[in-house]
Amino acid sequence: MKTRDLAYIALFAAIVAVLGQLPAVPVPGIPVPITAQTLGVMLAGSVLGAKRGGLALLLFLAVVAMGAPLLASGSGGLGVFVGPTAGYLYSWPVAAFVIGWLTERFWRRLNLAWALVANLLGGIVVIYAIGIPFTSLYADVPLSVSATGSLAFIPGDVVKAVAASVVAVAVRRAYPVIELPGRRATAG
Amino acid sequence: MLSLYAPGTSPVHRTRAGLKLAALAALGTGLFALPRIEVVAAALVGVLVAGLVVARLPARALWAQVRPVWLLLAALFGVHLLVTDALTGTVTVLRLLTLVLAAAVVTATTRVTALVAVVEWLLRPLEVVGVRPARVGLMVAMTLRFIPVVAERAARIREAQAARGASGMRLGLLVPLLIQVLQLASTLGEALDARGADDVPARRPRRA
Repeated sequence: MKTRDLAYIALFAAIVAVLGQLPAVPVPGIPVPITAQTLGVMLAGSVLGAKRGGLALLLFLAVVAMGAPLLASGSGGLGVFVGPTAGYLYSWPVAAFVIGWLTERFWRRLNLAWALVANLLGGIVVIYAIGIPFTSLYADVPLSVSATGSLAFIPGDVVKAVAASVVAVAVRRAYPVIELPGRRATAG
Repeated sequence: MLSLYAPGTSPVHRTRAGLKLAALAALGTGLFALPRIEVVAAALVGVLVAGLVVARLPARALWAQVRPVWLLLAALFGVHLLVTDALTGTVTVLRLLTLVLAAAVVTATTRVTALVAVVEWLLRPLEVVGVRPARVGLMVAMTLRFIPVVAERAARIREAQAARGASGMRLGLLVPLLIQVLQLASTLGEALDARGADDVPARRPRRA
């Protein structure tokens, strides 16, 4: 991995942090607000690809664990990793990796539709598939309860997936970061 | 603003970071292995004594970490009243509260540099597959440095777009922002390479 890749990874960790500082939308009745932070997860995967996107989110979580209050609620430190909704945090690097992996598969023909497939699968299905059972096991509540609590977030997540896909297609045209293995021959 | 560390010289502050993290992991495992009210209550009291009495942390430093989750804990207790019973609910909620407080104590009494050192130590076995643990500190520093840069670039682009009559176009902001900061990161990577960041260190440090 080249130094430039390290800079890209740190950059997207920072972008996820900045997106967390945007005003959050409170959901009535549910103690977790809708934030722009998962938009950063989707962008990291669809701009950087699997490996660098996943590492960017791991780095972000590491910086949060070291005590930087960079999550949307202004929280940070090790406490957020042992809370009842920590599963969603743990899902972020996996989600970014899956989005990146799919984006790399679709790279040659990437348009809004393919980008949307990657972001919906990785950014919504993967995150909920990890977050919901985690809360259920960890907080000892039935799966149906933690799943119902997550439903309110689906519309917001779909909006974010569309936004991330539009941006990903535009950035690919102007400043492609993902390189296909076959075309990397000239790069060091 | 960017750290939750509260300086001090207490025994908790002076305990090695790796030991505190190991204790936190052990506490988490123990509380899930023994879900009994007296165990959980004792752990909660122990954590509060360690944080407030021994480490002399201000109560609001701990509260700041509990605040984001307390509504969730209350909701959780409500769910347990409906599907199980009050005792199970109390144990579950107190267990989570104890872990969040214990993690807050570790965060508030441990320097970022010490935590970076622990992460580097944990990554050391991965050296055989080409991971370079010494880069963790560099990456953390780059992330913290990029945060104000990204925020400042975003504000500048928003102003420029407003001057041209655009308003409230969040997506129209993201594309130029990403392209600008990607170029910036690429330049930073080249600059670091020019200063020797890309040199693969010898297995044993050697002096030239």
